[in-house]
Amino acid sequence: MKNLIILFLILIVPTNALGLIEVDITRGNLNPLPIAVSPLSIDDESKKSFEKTLKKKDIGSEISKVIEKNLKTSGLFNPLDKNAFLQAPDIAHLKPRFEDWNLIKAQALITGKVKNVDDKLRVEFRLWDVLAGKEMMALAFTTVPNNWRRVGHIITDKVYERLTGEKGYFDTRIIYVAEDGPKTKRIKKLAIMDQDGANNKFLTLGNELVLTPRFNPTSQMVTYLSYFRNLPRVYLLDIETGIQEVVGDFPGMTFAPRFSPDGKKIIMSFAKDGNSDIYTMDLENRIVEKITNHPSIDTSPSYSPDGKFICFNSDRSGYQQIYVMKSDGSNVKRISFGNGLYGTPVWSPRGDLIAFTKLHKGKFYIGVMRTDGSGERLLTENFYQEAPSWSPNGRVLIFYRETKTDDKGEGFSAKLWSIDLTGYNERLVGTPTDASDPSWSSLLSN
Amino acid sequence: MKKLVIRNIDQGALMKLNKILKNTFLVLFACLVLSACATSKKSTGQMQGDVYTGTDTVEYLASGVPDRVFFATNESVLTTASRETLRKQAAWLRKNSDITIVLEGHADERGTREYNLALGERRANAAKDYLMTYGISSNRISVLSYGKERPVDSGSNPLAWSKNRRSVTVKAN
Repeated sequence: MKNLIILFLILIVPTNALGLIEVDITRGNLNPLPIAVSPLSIDDESKKSFEKTLKKKDIGSEISKVIEKNLKTSGLFNPLDKNAFLQAPDIAHLKPRFEDWNLIKAQALITGKVKNVDDKLRVEFRLWDVLAGKEMMALAFTTVPNNWRRVGHIITDKVYERLTGEKGYFDTRIIYVAEDGPKTKRIKKLAIMDQDGANNKFLTLGNELVLTPRFNPTSQMVTYLSYFRNLPRVYLLDIETGIQEVVGDFPGMTFAPRFSPDGKKIIMSFAKDGNSDIYTMDLENRIVEKITNHPSIDTSPSYSPDGKFICFNSDRSGYQQIYVMKSDGSNVKRISFGNGLYGTPVWSPRGDLIAFTKLHKGKFYIGVMRTDGSGERLLTENFYQEAPSWSPNGRVLIFYRETKTDDKGEGFSAKLWSIDLTGYNERLVGTPTDASDPSWSSLLSN
Repeated sequence: MKKLVIRNIDQGALMKLNKILKNTFLVLFACLVLSACATSKKSTGQMQGDVYTGTDTVEYLASGVPDRVFFATNESVLTTASRETLRKQAAWLRKNSDITIVLEGHADERGTREYNLALGERRANAAKDYLMTYGISSNRISVLSYGKERPVDSGSNPLAWSKNRRSVTVKAN
């Protein structure tokens, strides 16, 4: 993990933000910006050495493919067909012939150069405004060659930020539950992958049922539910070392864990005698606090990003609804009042919205509402879907969806999907096996 | 599939038939009856409200002692039939005082995972409380919720869901 993070960022040219091209992030993908991603140029010597170490013929072009895929997936950009490009990558990087790029209707252009410097991968890139004929930004990175995909993600984040005015979400990872086997005897493993589905890795063997993994703010720890020895308890896992431990010493099932925004506490439910309440445990001094005290089911707690409030799910009104309280458990207020049942509230990292799952008339919805419950918007409807998790910039939600089985009970699948806050740009997130319970990490390079 | 349905047939009637018709036609006849049962029960006979009333998926703890009780959607209230089942379990447990049990609480797939874990726990505890009122000590009973993780019927239809909303009594020793 540590060696992944060592990336040197050098600003080649300080760029001033004049009124150049902009992408309006709030409008969905109705008019994605046409962008040309020129393959990053590479000299022959570097090409050969990286081909040996990375088993990739042309690492420059591979990195540009990562960028292209990211941009396309965001729904805000329309990467243009490389076959139409007139200018050679190395020359374009020095001085683009804007008329050529204009001709293929590119409004923005990404160019770059890759070089082997002391067995490190040095990548520089430039973003150009084609219409204005100006350079918008230029950056260079040096890192270990194995980080080449991350370089592509970081470049995408920089381009996204420059063009939308908001932080990106590409240099991130997803932790989720990989599923396999028949519906009645599902085998579940913790798995982690890059946001674009690359570098998938299983973290547990599938010997015991595992559910609902969630990252801590630095994305190095995960809290999740494990049925180890048939005792469902909240666990803590250090991704780098693989060390796991039970969280607290509860005489019964603990579940629905999440970290506090400072990463110092875990908030979760503890079920006893048919009643689930919300508790926190301080990870340093191990002090356990009871936050709710009500004979109903209180679960799925999620902190506001400032740590001052908690939204949670309770059936104290008779049915599942969403409530907000202060983080000490006082001032409990119901915020969901629409038709149907509401569950899995998650506070947006921007603080302004709460995403949720809604069940109404036999359909499941992923939606968002303001933190006072107003402005409810349903983004997607399906037979079954739940458990949204926010991208770190609060613009995209990832969740899982299950299919209806036929009369023989066959045809079941569970997959990860993402959708923009605008309700546009719904996409299947590819995983090697069936998948559920996704949780999005923070930006790994910040 | 056949095994499941056979338990639905009135055993007495089947015996009588067997005596009368000791020939191969019986097999054909039984098949017809069975398939008729299977199709008709899907639509009506096995649910009251949305609580499952069938006994065909029940394993027996002992002869005449069913192992599970069923619940309405989002509910943990024990029905009359459930209480009867649990009284039988309590009587059996009183006779076999060395046996300890796990009550496994389950929910159907039509709910969020975390809420269903809590709901399964609540259902298992409803069964536990009832067993305790019939004299079974709490230290012989442990509770384990699976939420919606371990359905018995993988169908996506109201009947399958009703079978999955259950608390199952399992011998622990």
